[in-house]
Amino acid sequence: MKQLVIPDVSLGAVGPEIVLVVTAILLLLLEVFTARKEKGYLAYTALGGVLLASAMTANMNGYTEMNFSGMYVVDNFASFFKLVCLLGTGMTILVSVTYTINEGISNGEYYALLLFATSGMFFMISGSDMVTIFMGLEVMSISLYALAGYTRNREKSNEAALKYFVLGALASAFLLYGIALIYGATGSTKLAIIGDSLRTGIANYHLIIIGAALLVVGFGFKISAVPFHMWAPDVYQGAPAPVTAFMSSGPKAATFAAFLRVFNEALPSMQADWWQIFWILSVMTMTVGNIMALRQTDVKRMLAYSSIAHAGYILMGFTTGDWFGVSAILFYMLVYTFMNIGVFAVVTIVARKNEEKTTFEDYTGLGYKHPIIGVTLVVLLFSLIGIPPTAGFVGKFYIFMSALQQGYVWLVIIAVVNSVISVFYYLRLTIVMYMTEETTEALPSLSLSPSLVTALIISIYGSLWLGVMPSSYITFAQAASLIP
Amino acid sequence: MTLLILFYSFATLAICLAMTMIIAKRPIISAISLVGVMFCLAGLFAMLNAHLIAALQVLVYAGAIMVLFMFVIMLLNVREKEGESYSSAVFIQIGSVGILAAMLLPFMTTINMTVNPNLEVDFGTTFAVGKVLFTDYLLPFEIASVLLLAGLVGAVMLSKIKIK
Amino acid sequence: MSQYIPVLFMLAVAGAISVGMVLASELLGPKFKFREKMEPFECGEVQASSSKQRFSIRFYLVAMMFIIFDIEAVFLFPWAVTFQALGVFGFIEMMIFILILAAGLIYIWKKGVLDWE
Repeated sequence: MKQLVIPDVSLGAVGPEIVLVVTAILLLLLEVFTARKEKGYLAYTALGGVLLASAMTANMNGYTEMNFSGMYVVDNFASFFKLVCLLGTGMTILVSVTYTINEGISNGEYYALLLFATSGMFFMISGSDMVTIFMGLEVMSISLYALAGYTRNREKSNEAALKYFVLGALASAFLLYGIALIYGATGSTKLAIIGDSLRTGIANYHLIIIGAALLVVGFGFKISAVPFHMWAPDVYQGAPAPVTAFMSSGPKAATFAAFLRVFNEALPSMQADWWQIFWILSVMTMTVGNIMALRQTDVKRMLAYSSIAHAGYILMGFTTGDWFGVSAILFYMLVYTFMNIGVFAVVTIVARKNEEKTTFEDYTGLGYKHPIIGVTLVVLLFSLIGIPPTAGFVGKFYIFMSALQQGYVWLVIIAVVNSVISVFYYLRLTIVMYMTEETTEALPSLSLSPSLVTALIISIYGSLWLGVMPSSYITFAQAASLIP
Repeated sequence: MTLLILFYSFATLAICLAMTMIIAKRPIISAISLVGVMFCLAGLFAMLNAHLIAALQVLVYAGAIMVLFMFVIMLLNVREKEGESYSSAVFIQIGSVGILAAMLLPFMTTINMTVNPNLEVDFGTTFAVGKVLFTDYLLPFEIASVLLLAGLVGAVMLSKIKIK
Repeated sequence: MSQYIPVLFMLAVAGAISVGMVLASELLGPKFKFREKMEPFECGEVQASSSKQRFSIRFYLVAMMFIIFDIEAVFLFPWAVTFQALGVFGFIEMMIFILILAAGLIYIWKKGVLDWE
């Protein structure tokens, strides 16, 4: 029997992924082999894995390599997004340490699932073949479904997991069908070959259009773009607060990365067609997100709609189809991870046991009772609004500029109007914290563990430093933009 | 000609069974219809020369996954909805799917579907699948094990058994 | 396609036998219809309780574990067939795959998922 050609395998290229998966497996084994009392160190084991993976990813900066018969690519674009995801995961672990103790949930699996999800994101980000991207997306999604229902004695959490799972499976089906149609039209799942066959005109254009539309549905679901956002408020509200923080950062960044890579590497010759789709998606997403957020009484739900609105701003970078837009998305994702996880860290602190305190009333007088937490939250909210000198401002400015350069004046005008709308609901929370007299029950003392404080310091640092001195990060983002 | 007849019979049967699955009032009938759909799909795969996939379709879907569905039906103790009339939502859904299909039809007819004449002799056999799975698709194959592990952990965590 | 003719033939025979048996007993057998006989299981006894009971969640978990390891086994078929052509490389590949899932097996074992109390 003739020997088969062995493909080029580079374990170094998938080093960070190997570290993440091995750490996750180690956590599972430690979980079952150690006594319950001694499990405090599991979180730090997970954190160690994340730090090691970050070091390895950062080390890969600057070189481009294609591996595993063109299934997997390491480039600056991937490294940047991977670091954003690792930042999200690391901060989530810091936020979760006290949470898992307070809720009394078994934590080995919790951190293992977080790391599995992160490895899935990595495969999505680095996938240069639809199959790798899809597998990565599934690893990420399956872990997230389980994490959403992790506090299994809370009914809301169960509901969140079920809703997320059923709708997520449907979205995966759409994505897979899109991949199948594109494969049918071009005869390959490799992004580069799809791009080539489109340029040379071999591919069946009609099939590609239907396939691309289905891809938009599948990816749009994961980034909660309107009209595929229905799951987001319920899931964000029901899932444990640290998990919500996680969901709104890493998975979104990874989906944006795969989304960008597929559309800019496989379908760039259709840019003239798809910018309109993204224009409409972007406008709908930010408008619906902001308007719905105005009416919420639950902070987690409000943040869910705010996260939808931010996805709308990020989608603006898609319409441009040039390096400027892509680097703006990269920078925005980084900023968004810093500020959003910080906000959710505060939500986790205020929610206390069983996550009962998540309405606006529960924040009454927070600014007086707990001045440090109050100021932190205000800074992060200002960053989410985009008030200078916070990082949120620079992120928004940069992404608006990229759209302006391509002449999408109306898109930018709508986005600015939306930013103004968003001021209302973010400020409403601030007003509740500072302006209202303390009418409700006195706030009990909040537990601030060292890990939570670290997470808050990191997010404050990111939200301010990236606003004051963004240039080096912007240079980094520009070097990482997919399109030359 | 025989192929065409076979294709249309499998396809029509699959669609009819899928419809039965959705509108049947007894969950067991839905489940059995789904088994039928899986068999029809296996037939379609076999006609596409995807022999291994056809066998796995029966083995995994019509076998293992349907067993799980049966357990879930029993687990949830689903009541039969006899005498209950369908809500208008069902008809709206069926109608909208029909409209979507009608819109896609003109698209689909423009597609020139030709059979690749240069099909390898062993196409779709277990050996051919193994050949690409373990060389070109090596990475997705290893990711599959991570996916299964994550699914396993998720299943254990979400099922509310008392765990040690 | 001709290799599928035996499969089709077998399906047809299996279908014919099962339908034929039901039909034959329907046509040939004597019919006594009373309430107890029409109950499920047809044993003529009055049912003690409804047959629709809730099953333990463990059934679901066992089914779930079965599917996961079934899919693992599915990957072994093409591997076994290509084993010689792949050589040591294929062996290492599959060992990594199996080891990752073996960690899962150890996990559920120690977690007590396999115990039936």
